[in-house]
Amino acid sequence: MNFTEEQIERYSRHIILPEVGGKGQAKLLNSKVFVLGAGGLGSPILLYLAAAGVGTIGIADGDCVDLSNLQRQIIHDTSRVGTHKALSAKKSIEAINPDINVVTYEERLNADNIRGIIKDYDILLDGSDNFPTRYLMNDAAFFEKKTLISGSMFRFDGQVTIFKPHEGQPCYRCLYPEPPPKGLVPSCQEAGVLGALAGVVGVIQAVETVKEILGIGNGLAGHLLIFDALGMNFRKVKVRRDPECALCSDKATIKELITYEEACEIQAAKCGHSF
Amino acid sequence: MAVKVRIPTPLRKLTNGKDEVSADGKDVKEVIDDMERQYPGLKERICEGDGKLRRFVNIYVNDEDIRFKNNTDTQLKADDEVSIIPAIAGGTA
Repeated sequence: MNFTEEQIERYSRHIILPEVGGKGQAKLLNSKVFVLGAGGLGSPILLYLAAAGVGTIGIADGDCVDLSNLQRQIIHDTSRVGTHKALSAKKSIEAINPDINVVTYEERLNADNIRGIIKDYDILLDGSDNFPTRYLMNDAAFFEKKTLISGSMFRFDGQVTIFKPHEGQPCYRCLYPEPPPKGLVPSCQEAGVLGALAGVVGVIQAVETVKEILGIGNGLAGHLLIFDALGMNFRKVKVRRDPECALCSDKATIKELITYEEACEIQAAKCGHSF
Repeated sequence: MAVKVRIPTPLRKLTNGKDEVSADGKDVKEVIDDMERQYPGLKERICEGDGKLRRFVNIYVNDEDIRFKNNTDTQLKADDEVSIIPAIAGGTA
């Protein structure tokens, strides 16, 4: 791959790292990453992947920017309130790095559209905000044999892991076989989350993504990283492949995508404006 | 024998805000029962009616998931650290 003078300068701090080099930077520029959610986790993920020169970035989000999002969703700004999050994120990415080809999906993913959308990407990231979408994404990633880098958070706690069942590593259902039934977890509105926690969790997802693309270091596949912001503790526990997993084991019973009921009504901001 | 149990944020309402509690038991089942005595209501948040763990809650002894050991019969020794780790879904999209 031939870099332009501008690219050599832009990516110089990557290129001088022996673990990256020109070869690694070319891998980043040729990679295709899909990010589900341009919200709390999606914001730092997208900003860092764009800055790193990940060549094609897909962004799916059906919502529009709401004033209450700006406490943590740092890819958007006050002038974008009422616009589609995916389009707002695209605008921010293009301002950071014109090298990036951004593909937007201003729609909610469902069992009918998800596999068609994700099949063209190398790596998938989950920054969604509800269980039905997380299980949908996990199952679709399994069927499409894609690596899924998952981050989630709740109040002051964060979790990050990588699912690679196609490489003999566990999937989300190996870790948690089923979503909680409706009513057993606090609803989204009453939960709340520390804004900067989204930065910690999302940036770890971005670091893991870049490492996956470059093929360096030890990734989080087979481990769950748990971050407790109040205690300021990071801990890693093992995630094992479940020999009884309903999705990825020999005893699998799930053969197609399942649609779970939303555990809480998600209040979508009104999309009053568009670019 | 007492072990340390780490409590996740969603359950701290039941432990008076404590992120770590001490509980007695020779295995995980006894520790859960002792926690229930100290903090009533905690058991039903992590176990089904039949005492089995709920499918969106995991318990770890040190860094091992008890589902891959002896489940709630997993034996404990002094200095083991028990952690309750529920699935969380927020990404605030």
